[in-house]
Amino acid sequence: MQKEKVIIAKELTKRFGAFTAVDKITFDVQKGEIFGFLGANGAGKTTAMRMLCGLSLPTSGSASVAGYDVYKQNELIKKNIGYMSQKFSLYEDLTIRENIRFYAGIYGLTDKQIKEKTYSLIKQLNLEGQEKTLVRALPLGWKQKLAFSIAVVHDPAIVFLDEPTSGVDPITRREFWSLIYEASAREITIFVTTHYMDEAEYCNRVSIMVDGRMEALDSPSNMMKDYSAKSMDGVFLQLARKAVRTGD
Amino acid sequence: MQAVIVENIVKSYRTKKTVVDALKGISFSVDKGEIFGIIGPDGAGKTSLFRILTTLLLADSGNASVDGFDVVKEYKQIRNRVGYMPGRFSLYQDLTVQENLEFFAAIFNTSIEENYDLVKDIYQQIEPFKMRRAGQLSGGMKQKLALSCALIHKPSVLFLDEPTTGVDAVSRKEFWEMLHRLKLQGISILVSTPYMVEASLCDRVALIQKGEILSVNTPKGVISEFKKPLWAVRANEMFRLMKAIKDDPSVESCYPFGQYHHVAFKVQENNKEKLEQIAQKGNYTQVEIHSIEPNIEDCFMALMKE
Repeated sequence: MQKEKVIIAKELTKRFGAFTAVDKITFDVQKGEIFGFLGANGAGKTTAMRMLCGLSLPTSGSASVAGYDVYKQNELIKKNIGYMSQKFSLYEDLTIRENIRFYAGIYGLTDKQIKEKTYSLIKQLNLEGQEKTLVRALPLGWKQKLAFSIAVVHDPAIVFLDEPTSGVDPITRREFWSLIYEASAREITIFVTTHYMDEAEYCNRVSIMVDGRMEALDSPSNMMKDYSAKSMDGVFLQLARKAVRTGD
Repeated sequence: MQAVIVENIVKSYRTKKTVVDALKGISFSVDKGEIFGIIGPDGAGKTSLFRILTTLLLADSGNASVDGFDVVKEYKQIRNRVGYMPGRFSLYQDLTVQENLEFFAAIFNTSIEENYDLVKDIYQQIEPFKMRRAGQLSGGMKQKLALSCALIHKPSVLFLDEPTTGVDAVSRKEFWEMLHRLKLQGISILVSTPYMVEASLCDRVALIQKGEILSVNTPKGVISEFKKPLWAVRANEMFRLMKAIKDDPSVESCYPFGQYHHVAFKVQENNKEKLEQIAQKGNYTQVEIHSIEPNIEDCFMALMKE
């Protein structure tokens, strides 16, 4: 049986004046899938992601996210997704517990749910006894792990992660990916961008954008076969080298 | 003479309640004409070190010299002869590309023409946009302009603080190719990066974590310090497999690496058989087990655990 589709995009396009940032991308993402969204700086990743998150209206084409239309139901999309960016940090001058409570509250969880979530999340992250620590005092890797757990606190259908592991040490980076796997096992779909090519290989499927178009979409192992490359790094270099566009 | 000498440098930052030890007494030296990498994650102390060596920050204790000059007593000489590209874009956003370069040439009493050869390779790539304001440039172009400005006075030592962070894999590769061409011109380069794979592009590296140096060596030397045999394992269910391997008491470490898990054992006996046993017990399919050479990241993680 085919799995439920959480993202369906058809010829999704965004133009800024004469510049086509995203050029007719067509793809879908299944429930619980870990989907890697790669591309060089300036390939159109951020613009595409903003459209899928309901933050920017497409110029043409169609897309639905978590069953909602990106044109008409963008407010519903925002409620049903999680989002975490490299820069997004939690409130540094609130404690761990206060941050969880704050975001869970925003997403409309009840007091009882918030209590349960706070307990299970702190346990999962081995942060027992540190509930009252200010987030500011946490090392970067911990902040990112906490930020991820909070981005999925409302059990969204899908979570968008924009370079979540930049600058994080290699052990913590792997612990972070364990959290991703666990969320995926809970049927939360993961949509992730990264500049670490080894992380691309942890994804079920990977897409590579070049100059606004989706040039490749497949499982990492098929892609490596197709491009006769030993690693995703090799695949990426072959594809991204074709880019005409430069910049962010 | 060595390009950079660092001896027992200590730096901590104090706020009202807390003390952060950024550098806990680190020592190393950089040879002339060498590309020396400072490899470590955020918070390792890389930027504090760069700021001390470029005379922008005073260490609490210890000594350091650049090109034979003391970073405290002879800071003026150092400022004249080093190039520094900070991690955050620090050029004048409202000056054009050309104005920025002219400005930096002027402060160092030189001109673009005089040292054009040195920056040509890099500057030519952004020259078509020389009338554009720096603030309007893309990330990759900003990076090239910043490098041109750090080079225009023909420095003897170049300090690059995370020049490739957040830059895509292709641009990163091109940037390293540029550094290798600069090395041929006799410039010593101290460069920091959080990307472990870039260590192999340096002549020597210092692996740094939480203000302490874990190892200073050539990339090959770092790898040869990894004494245990290392195994690469894959199967159909990677996440379950990792848990099963980690749960085995004979396993020292198991870390995911792309399509494989890298596994080291506490005792080097019958390792392959052990892995085969685990795979068989869990009914995995498409099992693949082979021994591999460790990479820098394997070494870094092993050193972090020590």
